[in-house]
Amino acid sequence: MGAREDILQRIKEANTGIEVRAVQRDYRRGPLTTTAGELPDLVTLLEERLVDYRATVVRCRPDGLASAVERLVAAASPVLRAPGVPHEWCPAAEPDHEGLAAQDLDAYAAVLTAATVACAETGTIALDASPDQGRRAITLIPDLHVCIVRADQVVASVPEMLSRLEGDRPITFISGPSATSDIELDRVEGVHGPRTLCVVLVETDEGDR
Amino acid sequence: MKVALFVTCLADGLFPEVGRATVTLLERLGHEVVFPKAQTCCGQMHTNTGYGRQAVPLVRHHVETFEEFDAIVAPSGSCVGAVRHQHAMLARKAGDDDLAVRAEATASHTWELSEFLVDVLGVEDVGAHYPHRVTYHPTCHSLRLLRVQDKPLRLLRAVRGLHLVELPDADQCCGFGGTFAVKNADTSTAMLADKMKNIMSTRAESVTAGDSSCLMHIGGGLSRLRVGTRTVHLAEILASTENSVGR
Amino acid sequence: MSTFLGMPAIHAPRGVGGLRGDESFPKAAKAALGDTQLRANIGRATRTIREKRAAVVEEVPDWEELRLAGQQVKAATMARLDDHLRTLEEAVTRRGGVVHWARDANEANAIIADLILATGETEVVKVKSMVTQEIGLNEALEAQGITATETDLAELIVQLGHDKPSHILVPAIHRNRAEVREIFLREMPGVPPDLTDDPRQLAMAARAHLRQKFLTAKVAVSGANFAVADSGTLLVVESEGNGRMCLTLPETLITVMGIEKVVPTWQDLEVFLQLLPRSSTGERMNPYTSAWTGVTPGDGPQAFHLVLLDNGRTATLGDHVGREVLHCIKCSACMNVCPVYERTGGHAYGSVYPGPIGAVLTPQLTGIEDNSSLPFASSLCGACFDACPVRIDIPSLLVHLRERHTEEQAKEHRLPTPEAAALSLVGWVMQSPRRFRMAETALRMARPFARSGRFRSLPFPLSAWTTSRDAPAPPPETFREWWERTRDQ
Repeated sequence: MGAREDILQRIKEANTGIEVRAVQRDYRRGPLTTTAGELPDLVTLLEERLVDYRATVVRCRPDGLASAVERLVAAASPVLRAPGVPHEWCPAAEPDHEGLAAQDLDAYAAVLTAATVACAETGTIALDASPDQGRRAITLIPDLHVCIVRADQVVASVPEMLSRLEGDRPITFISGPSATSDIELDRVEGVHGPRTLCVVLVETDEGDR
Repeated sequence: MKVALFVTCLADGLFPEVGRATVTLLERLGHEVVFPKAQTCCGQMHTNTGYGRQAVPLVRHHVETFEEFDAIVAPSGSCVGAVRHQHAMLARKAGDDDLAVRAEATASHTWELSEFLVDVLGVEDVGAHYPHRVTYHPTCHSLRLLRVQDKPLRLLRAVRGLHLVELPDADQCCGFGGTFAVKNADTSTAMLADKMKNIMSTRAESVTAGDSSCLMHIGGGLSRLRVGTRTVHLAEILASTENSVGR
Repeated sequence: MSTFLGMPAIHAPRGVGGLRGDESFPKAAKAALGDTQLRANIGRATRTIREKRAAVVEEVPDWEELRLAGQQVKAATMARLDDHLRTLEEAVTRRGGVVHWARDANEANAIIADLILATGETEVVKVKSMVTQEIGLNEALEAQGITATETDLAELIVQLGHDKPSHILVPAIHRNRAEVREIFLREMPGVPPDLTDDPRQLAMAARAHLRQKFLTAKVAVSGANFAVADSGTLLVVESEGNGRMCLTLPETLITVMGIEKVVPTWQDLEVFLQLLPRSSTGERMNPYTSAWTGVTPGDGPQAFHLVLLDNGRTATLGDHVGREVLHCIKCSACMNVCPVYERTGGHAYGSVYPGPIGAVLTPQLTGIEDNSSLPFASSLCGACFDACPVRIDIPSLLVHLRERHTEEQAKEHRLPTPEAAALSLVGWVMQSPRRFRMAETALRMARPFARSGRFRSLPFPLSAWTTSRDAPAPPPETFREWWERTRDQ
């Protein structure tokens, strides 16, 4: 018998007499309300969490986006952007293309992308490799990642975040810059991934939410 | 209320003062205490050392001895933990479902002393007097198996004259663990050393707990160090009054 | 106790992998306990992480509901593990991945070595993975002329220090910053000679050391934290970005995972991605989690292999009590709260899985008798159960495995061991109040040998007690004698 059939057969035998019981999902699926029953301001909560991870957070109106990005990448050159990121967000940035190998990406000081969804409670941003987020390597190699998150992309909890993602896409969940606590559990930000994460939170009109 | 005392084998044979204090206390509170003489041991040492099968006759004996009583009280978190969490499981594993059901019923009216006082009798001030500086070590089985929470502390805070000092890292195990203390004597001793260091840092005259077993371990260590800090069971403190002699 | 399998159980084979130590736990622990530097390093580290974990768990109001769901999802998954693995295999294959099955460490190592050699490469980069340590992959690859470079900072410290990991989350927890600096100065080529012991400087040295390797590596090997059966998605949870480097940049990715890592659906992750980071690093979320499915054209490795490993897991599943250990998500919360682990460190367990969970996992993977001292390496204080994010009742499993060991012993030996004989005798005495009373009376005969109510030394085996503790002398009157004297008259 091959290993596959052998293992599957052993599992079947081991499970003789074992029933499948239903799973109780009594945990929260939505936002945490305050004692007064109010919803927290999710964008503010996300900002607090990200700052706690030592990320840089900037808030702006849609018409202030380009100037916010410009300030953040002022000291970094050259700048790469995901191919679907609008040119006007950062006119100086070059779009990513397939011809760039890992070594080439290492020449870029910064990268600019959008995001798919963000979870306020955990300070997490999810990228799903859509055109405005790009392939995974571009947000990994340049040392500065500037990520644009719209207010209407911010959800409260992990279940809400996952429900907005399609599991079979290449997804990267990012919660602050790269970090390690491997030496005496003393946290150091920035090891192999981008050492600086800047998040631009773009306000949207109440009607959009 | 008529209360059956489950004194535990350790208190019966080595620490009779704990059993006497439990009787004194419950009688002072106006309850009738009976001592079912057939009782021996809950079988915990067998179970926890890997001899669960040999513990089954002890479970049966315990159930037969105690099942007729409506209230069973023991001055031990560990032994009550065994009754509540192991007896029915052992019976079921041995294929004796009838015994398992009876063991569950017996366990449902068995209480550790501090639980019985606070939850069943509804008292926190038992009228005790104990003019000493005392620190309290919550034993693991009281804390995590029975979840007695702060009941022993509430009882201690109501004792007249008692100066309660907080024990640093109180919830850390003292290192007793039954046969662990012998099978892994070096690790057990290292855990005990830290527990004693914390006890001594409180400058308490006495360290108290709800289990004679852990106190035997801690007391054995303190006695070896000759530091003068004594171990005293919670029942002994609660039984003490201004008129009582001794401790 | 355990189900009878039609086929003999497969355990992790001897002579390979990191599941067997050279000596029993009490012996190894004795050596570790004498190392004051080690105890200080571990004590400080576990205290720090305990406090961080407690703070982030505190802020989750539905923590207990999440734990319960985590436990139930795992139990339900194990109950139909064969179906979920078939679904996973089909989904991964559909998306361009290749699935391999390995009965044990030797089969897995051979599959992985062959896959690497087939690419023409002799160097691979690795993401920290417990399962590759379990099967001794690095050593097996070395024997085939393949160099595996560990890229997680702590694993790198361990690898460069020719050391063994001592914790599943922070493998170099037993090393302090000064020791790490010495290892880097000695073993890391091109490290600046003025390197200080500042953790930031040390981390930057590791970044510089590994950068070119990441950018040029052709093959990577990883483990997986979760595999979603219905979509075929694999997940790796990490902090440093070394995982992303390995999972994204090379041409070929080989992922090896224990068969218990599968979860049925994407939705199930909403439970575990809340439980795991808070329990392991004490963070609301770890910096990076990567999820990928098979091969995505133009993004990441264009060849993906998934190796599904048994190595004692189906044998563990066959024990209807012990199987609960397979619910473990390797967060390490139990070792951070364990008073035994805190004193001895991880090496004393002799297995890559130390601490309370290791004490119940390792003996089941290897067969109890190959690690029979581990289930006894606990005072049964219960702190591990409270900390476990999927509610594994570790104390009860320890007791269960202790029993399996004594039953094995009884089967193997015609005569009972001295311990079994002694406990049989005690059991016989305790079944009868008359005999118990006689024993108490007999015990009293030792009284004249005590000094001020204490024994300072007792004969073997109780001498293990009196090496550090006095023992109480029997009282002049037992409780039952007092009762009879005062109440029965």
